[in-house]
Amino acid sequence: MKPGIKAVFKSFSVEFLIYSVLVVSYFLLVLHFLGPWLNHLFQQERKTYAAMAVLLIIAQGILLEQLTRLLVRVIGINKQH
Amino acid sequence: MDFPISHAHINPVYLILTGFFVGVMGGFFGVGGSFLAGPALFGFGVPMNFVVGTDLAHIVGKSVVAARKHHSLGNVDFKLGLLMVLGTIPGVELGAQIIERLKRVGNVDVPVGIAFMVILLSVSGFMAWETWKTSARRIRKTQGKKRSENNAFAKVHRRIQKLPLPPYIKLPQSNIGQISLWVIVGVAFIGGLCSGFLGGGAGYIRMPAMIYLLGIPTHVAVGTDLFEIIISAGYGTVSHALKGNVDILIALVMHTGAAIGAQLGTVLTQYISPVRLRMAFIPLPLIGCVIILCGLLKGGPVK
Repeated sequence: MKPGIKAVFKSFSVEFLIYSVLVVSYFLLVLHFLGPWLNHLFQQERKTYAAMAVLLIIAQGILLEQLTRLLVRVIGINKQH
Repeated sequence: MDFPISHAHINPVYLILTGFFVGVMGGFFGVGGSFLAGPALFGFGVPMNFVVGTDLAHIVGKSVVAARKHHSLGNVDFKLGLLMVLGTIPGVELGAQIIERLKRVGNVDVPVGIAFMVILLSVSGFMAWETWKTSARRIRKTQGKKRSENNAFAKVHRRIQKLPLPPYIKLPQSNIGQISLWVIVGVAFIGGLCSGFLGGGAGYIRMPAMIYLLGIPTHVAVGTDLFEIIISAGYGTVSHALKGNVDILIALVMHTGAAIGAQLGTVLTQYISPVRLRMAFIPLPLIGCVIILCGLLKGGPVK
């Protein structure tokens, strides 16, 4: 391992911890609120379900990318590179 | 935890870890990792038709972010990408229709499982060959022997670019003076078919085909492939969702792990030799292969 990798992984572990807490709470909320509604759409309104499936995964992709970028900036992994 | 849409009972931690691992691979290699996510979902007890549709949905979230990054670096050839759509969408639809037909017959797991295993063995074999080739090239370099590394493939894509099949297209961003439109559509169709039939972005087929058969520079191929994945996986998600093959809740949970995994993958590229990591990944598709084989021998998804 190159020198400095320990510091990077230390920062990454901190990011990972914060991220884990945020993500676990997020997906519990998502599953709690969206689960029954999405299941209803899947059973009754397949076209709306298909549109919601694509929109939700794209929105989550952008949201989580912004979150990880913010965490990286705050914790400073890039500075340590 | 119960996922009511696919009637699967899965511990969400397993899904997040799978997503994380796939994300690390994506960050490091720039691949979608469907060759691991698919067998893992099958291993968790998800029926094969849901494996295909859900994996497609999961890939969309990842590729949107990655394609945005590559677009900002100027790595996306939009002209090529849009022309490929002509082949991708019919390919994805054909793949989804085959799944639908197999579902009606009541036999999705065996044909999809066997096709998946063939792809996994090919991916593993290709990675082993590529790693061996890279190592041999390094040894030659240290011994002072020089040899053009792309001779065989350069011949192949030069011949393909000269195929007399009009209409011809110019792709200045990809450094291609002239190429038949049918070749581009054909490559895209096969990629789309794999995507619609097996799930994921089918980058394992499209990427080598773009680089070695069409002669597109690697960085443009990576960016344009991601743009193509958004279209193929996005269309595939809608098509499979309409046919009742997508459990979006599973995709959303799995994707949360992928976002952080991609960050680690990117960091790893700066500290670990790609050859070493690639060697470590060679057995992984084989593990996926074993999971599918166990499931098929038991007569259904592994519980």
